[in-house]
Amino acid sequence: MVEFGGWDMPVEYSGIVDEHMTVRTKVGLFDVSHMGQIELAGADALAAVQWISSNDASRLAVGQIQYSALTTPEGTFVDDILVYRMADQHFMLVVNAGNIMKDHQWIVAKVAEHGGDVSVVNASPRYALIAVQGPEAERVLQALTAIELAAIKYYWFAHGEVAGVRVMVSRTGYTGEDGFEVFVPPAQAERVWNALLEAGESTGIKPAGLGARDTLRLEASMRLCGSDMDEQTSVVEAGLSWIVGWKKDAFIGSDRLRAQKAGSLDRRLVGFEMRDRAIARHGHAVMDGDTQVGVVTSGTQTPFLKKSIGLAMVPVALTAPGTPLTIDVRGRRVQAEVVPEPFYKRSKPA
Amino acid sequence: MYPTDLKYTREHEWVRVTGDEATVGITDFAQKQLGDVVFVELPDVGRVLTQGEVFGTIESVKAVSELFSPLAGEVLAVNGDLGTHPESVNSQPHDAWMIRIKVANTSELASLLDADKYDALTQ
Repeated sequence: MVEFGGWDMPVEYSGIVDEHMTVRTKVGLFDVSHMGQIELAGADALAAVQWISSNDASRLAVGQIQYSALTTPEGTFVDDILVYRMADQHFMLVVNAGNIMKDHQWIVAKVAEHGGDVSVVNASPRYALIAVQGPEAERVLQALTAIELAAIKYYWFAHGEVAGVRVMVSRTGYTGEDGFEVFVPPAQAERVWNALLEAGESTGIKPAGLGARDTLRLEASMRLCGSDMDEQTSVVEAGLSWIVGWKKDAFIGSDRLRAQKAGSLDRRLVGFEMRDRAIARHGHAVMDGDTQVGVVTSGTQTPFLKKSIGLAMVPVALTAPGTPLTIDVRGRRVQAEVVPEPFYKRSKPA
Repeated sequence: MYPTDLKYTREHEWVRVTGDEATVGITDFAQKQLGDVVFVELPDVGRVLTQGEVFGTIESVKAVSELFSPLAGEVLAVNGDLGTHPESVNSQPHDAWMIRIKVANTSELASLLDADKYDALTQ
């Protein structure tokens, strides 16, 4: 067990590689109750969400979800979030565990500045969160619910019962695989967890920990806030221009993001593959001669692709696929190459 | 329980002493702590190590650790199979040897732990 954002969490159960492969080929079960939920409701909730986050929440139908960023006035990350449209003027933001208090205070302050009829509630204690991820996820979860899961599209959600417990189910995840996240009242979480393990037993379901969660998300090119980006990294620099609602009205940090999009960008996150035998990890320097020009933000040996990959923040001149990168791995200079993202994409979309 | 025909270090290496040669690997305890091993970096044959000197690195999906020579001596051989099958450190830790050295100073053997003492250390 390790301490993670104030939670005691298992890094691994049966081993990172085993858990990773189980999620890619069958189905894995993650306890991600550490994730936070902050709800905004009131007559001006949409306007408030539009002001504090980068993506265009007006494009969401009720029941739909989008990836977005809580931005600073510099267009950098307070946090990366998922925005759930619960009702016309009711939104739920799913935020990172370590940022719940910071995000909540930030949102309360920014919403107050912006004005309007909106209440902001830290609803995190109301939810435990269980992620069922993998190509067999739908089949295993369907055995426990009357919700027609096939009708839930990617990044949509529905309400219903799982194992007799009232839940919300979203077709989302942090693995690059098809799957669901089940929002459960904490008192019933263990019951749902055990029911899923039992329902998936014949399929070979296995619990998976933080270690596999990290290798899976990186293999799928999903960013980890706090590792790949933080309050010094803009949304555009993180390579996430697609979560900026360029057509919507001004929001916190939009001026700087628009300027970067128009050509003032100096650096950007890229995906790389090692050409030498080594793993470049968070904090290792990207070198040009004796000068550090960039930094590795994530790196691992990926169990499914069986490649050593990572993400690095580098000058724009070094971002084209095929560009060689020299990385200092504990005093040894090793060669990597910029590659297109994502590293892994599942063959059959949901 | 750890094999009684091996000696151990506090840095979680095992040592098999045969005559004036010593074969070195890492223990079951060490491989469990590391998790899935993906790279093992070993020294060149002929390198002369002092006791406690770093002779290589071992990297798992989640961490990287240094390997310490339990004894002084010249490297006689390295296990090249670990280049293609690093996972054997996980599956057979007490067979997946890393280096064989020519023991320079047999008095150093007294500093190694027997299986009972090592077992106690890992509890």
